[in-house]
Amino acid sequence: MADGPVAELLLRRLEASDGGLDSAELAAELGMEHQAVVGAVKSLQALGEIIEAELRSTKRWELTAEGEEIAREGSHEARVFRSIPPEGLAQSELMRLPSGKVGFSKAMSNKWIRVDKSAADGPRVFRVVDSMEDEVQRRLQLVQGGQAEKLGEKERSELRKRKLLAEVGSWRDRPFKPYNFLAHGVLPDSGHLHPLLKVRSQFRQIFLEMGFTEMPTYNFIESSFWNFDALFQPQQHPARDQHDTFFLRDPAEALQLPMDYVQRVKRTHSQGGYGSQGYKYTWKLDEARKNLLRTHTTSASARALYRLAQKKPFTPVKYFSIDRVFRNETLDATHLAEFHQIEGVVADHGLTLGHLMGVLREFFTKLGITQLRFKPAYNPYTEPSMEVFSYHQGLKKWVEVGNSGVFRPEMLLPMGLPENVSVIAWGLSLERPTMIKYGINNIRDLVGHKVNLQMVYDSPLCRLDAEPRPPPTQEAA
Amino acid sequence: MPTVSVKRDLLFQALGRTYTDEEFDELCFEFGLELDEITSEKEIISKEQGNVKAAGASDVVLYKIDVPANRYDLLCLEGLVRGLQVFKERIKAPVYKRVMPDGKIQKLIITEETAKIRPFAVAAVLRNIKFTKDRYDSFIELQEKLHQNICRKRALVAIGTHDLDTLSGPFTYTAKRPSDIKFKPLNKTKEYTACELMNIYKTDNHLKHYLHIIENKPLYPVIYDSNGVVLSMPPIINGDHSRITVNTRNIFIECTGTDFTKAKIVLDIIVTMFSEYCENQFTVEAAEVVFPNGKSSTFPELAYRKEMVRADLINKKVGIRETPENLAKLLTRMYLKSEVIGDGNQIEIEIPPTRADIIHACDIVEDAAIAYGYNNIQMTLPKTYTIANQFPLNKLTELLRYDMAAAGFTEVLTFALCSQEDIADKLGLDISATKAVHISNPKTAEFQVARTTLLPGLLKTIAANRKMPLPLKLFEISDIVIKDSNTDVGAKNYRHLCAVYYNKNPGFEIIHGLLDRIMQLLDVPPGEDKGGYVIKASEGPAFFPGRCAEIFARGQSVGKLGVLHPDVITKFELTMPCSSLEINIGPFL
Repeated sequence: MADGPVAELLLRRLEASDGGLDSAELAAELGMEHQAVVGAVKSLQALGEIIEAELRSTKRWELTAEGEEIAREGSHEARVFRSIPPEGLAQSELMRLPSGKVGFSKAMSNKWIRVDKSAADGPRVFRVVDSMEDEVQRRLQLVQGGQAEKLGEKERSELRKRKLLAEVGSWRDRPFKPYNFLAHGVLPDSGHLHPLLKVRSQFRQIFLEMGFTEMPTYNFIESSFWNFDALFQPQQHPARDQHDTFFLRDPAEALQLPMDYVQRVKRTHSQGGYGSQGYKYTWKLDEARKNLLRTHTTSASARALYRLAQKKPFTPVKYFSIDRVFRNETLDATHLAEFHQIEGVVADHGLTLGHLMGVLREFFTKLGITQLRFKPAYNPYTEPSMEVFSYHQGLKKWVEVGNSGVFRPEMLLPMGLPENVSVIAWGLSLERPTMIKYGINNIRDLVGHKVNLQMVYDSPLCRLDAEPRPPPTQEAA
Repeated sequence: MPTVSVKRDLLFQALGRTYTDEEFDELCFEFGLELDEITSEKEIISKEQGNVKAAGASDVVLYKIDVPANRYDLLCLEGLVRGLQVFKERIKAPVYKRVMPDGKIQKLIITEETAKIRPFAVAAVLRNIKFTKDRYDSFIELQEKLHQNICRKRALVAIGTHDLDTLSGPFTYTAKRPSDIKFKPLNKTKEYTACELMNIYKTDNHLKHYLHIIENKPLYPVIYDSNGVVLSMPPIINGDHSRITVNTRNIFIECTGTDFTKAKIVLDIIVTMFSEYCENQFTVEAAEVVFPNGKSSTFPELAYRKEMVRADLINKKVGIRETPENLAKLLTRMYLKSEVIGDGNQIEIEIPPTRADIIHACDIVEDAAIAYGYNNIQMTLPKTYTIANQFPLNKLTELLRYDMAAAGFTEVLTFALCSQEDIADKLGLDISATKAVHISNPKTAEFQVARTTLLPGLLKTIAANRKMPLPLKLFEISDIVIKDSNTDVGAKNYRHLCAVYYNKNPGFEIIHGLLDRIMQLLDVPPGEDKGGYVIKASEGPAFFPGRCAEIFARGQSVGKLGVLHPDVITKFELTMPCSSLEINIGPFL
């Protein structure tokens, strides 16, 4: 809103005038603060195309104390010149004069004086010219007389460099309109990292802090063999159904499989062995060859453990991975066809279920989750298996936060791992804890091309062990 | 995970006590079950079809309980109660017995025609059973649960249960041409040929899912009694003649299938669960199955197997220190009757026919741990000493992500799967030129291929964010997939970095500047020399003519940058000019 009276006055004056008004002059004329006029101009400008205004700045100059002295008594070089009699002056004597040091070098460079170094009693200074013009004094006197604009920019800056002239710095004492500290600042232009991937970085960090080495998961396409058979998941398992898994039309089948190992896997499935009854069915190589989009990163863990088993002697390892997996599932608010799986694996002699729980406790503590409990569960490739639940303060109930277990001997022994080596493992999705942490209800608001970039721009740092922001209060339906 | 729905009051009555919902939830948790939902028939109908439809429905409280997928013995009220009562040591696990009949044994003769379609069959008889409405419902429901789970939607095994008193053996399991099979199926009033039935069931919401199992086969499986009465046409439908009711006293059960092991397990589960209601409790009458080769076997197997596990192995695997006697007691609570034998450290465990899930000592170890209580186990840290390493490509990715954001670009996360159109048509390419991997069973076009470029995802992100202030500067560093016959699976991931600049002007210089910055970050100097990078005029259908360059670094082509072709912009539903950059970062490791 234009603040009424001043704006109105301003408009009337503008109407009457030809070629615009100077706000400072107008203020003086009206006998009001310049700021009030400027305020009125700004308000009118804010209304749209009502007035045109341009910003004019005037600079005023004043002499420094030294400048005043020079205007009065002449420049140091002039004073030096004048103090030299026709028969010359000993340089040492000249230097003792108040203007001696500065004046001497300037007068020399102006070629007003010369030095005779061969004189008997030391160097002696003589005049070169009979008279000179003291330009510096003249210029300073101009400024003193209020005619600074007669000097060129170059001349002014030269005087400024010599600290003889200074811009009038009067804003130090001026009154200003107070700032509104309740208003927001201007956000800096910046790039942003995606919130889910910020969480991914933190999970990587946690694993690295715990001494876990990152496994290669650099293959979305996997054979059924590595994705299922190697994990002792039978060929009729529902997860291998077309309804759950994306199979490939091209390339439909894996080109190479480690056939020795494949034979051991086949035997374990169909006849048992390694202390197992097996599943007692006809295991088919064709089924194992079928390519698919990996349904879990456990396939990458299986490859890593197989590689480990080929290295003799066995060395204990701690592995982790975080990468995409794919499921041909029905999509809803919490399920997408692809998501990230986090997996941790420890292989060592004599690991126990208590060790698994201990590692899980440390892992989840780093996520800021301290209240844990464990529920017996079934996974095809781990036995014992346990689901990990944590108490959610916001939801006031126990929620599942991960799945874990000890890999079955039927999976490990065909790989060639020693019999007394146990492998404990756990997994969770990256999306789920992120959604809980940030109070996101629909996974599409977090992942994929339909996310609102503003959400990405606004997302805070990811500090998993910090207290979460209290969830927004529910709006009435 | 299968969910079993049981009436709460019936459950408590069978358990001999009541629980609060919280107490029962706690018991489930401890035992490895999950009380998923507390509801009623009325609530379910009202939720699915509205209050009006639900008006007359029962409001008896139902517990929906999630059961582990390998515990077929817990898929009905009878099994759940038995499992929990044994767990709580309120009853001893019953012993299931197979007995020979007083009279002639029921015979099921398999003919060789079945070999090509559904070669296996097993059978058994439940004598003098006493159903009530609830027991009968549970019997039907258990068959449905088994069909959905272990039977893999009837593909592996199909169950038929019949009123034996309406039939006369021996029975013949054979396969015939569909046109030669004619009978009155369950819930129909007249006879149909198999061909007609397959047509009728195409619109049956329940049965249509099973038709594919036999649909295109020349012969259909069928079971007759000695009078030519059709018992069933597995795995589709039973005959109406031998249908069972609440009043049925003698039941003939047949399981046919393609997996012999599973057929035997399914038969064992049904008879162990429901022999509870027979006059001679937990006793099952054997039936003889004659195979095409003339050999015969009697079923159900009801096999009890003995396993030997050392107590210290259980303690070592779980991380506890229990006496062998205590461990035996724990296992007995899990329906695995156990006793200490030999040197006092050896535990002999009897695996009952209901526990087909126990196939290795590790399964026994788990049950000991469950009975001990997972949450009673002392947590300890393993002493495994290791030095952590990052996967080099991921390490580089992480470093680059931060500096891309520092360069003013915003990170997006898009899907690895997309439509053929996204990676081909919309970019002016033929799909065959992309070397993309193709998915055989996508439910929608969004999942036809794995992406071969990150660009479509970025452009789709812009399209969904057209209301955001310009310019939009986006990037993504992630994997794409290309067919590659040099790898074991025939495809390979590449880690790409893609960035786009979307504004009122094309901003080639911005994207070009970003490339220069990336190369600076990767310590690749400008210039043609081997170690350096250079861009050379190029072309591509996605780019505006004359506004495309190929990027060469360290002596190889690593990608392209340029101003996108207006056709590409339009096809991605954008309206402004856009420049993009996409490189493979693998060569910079």
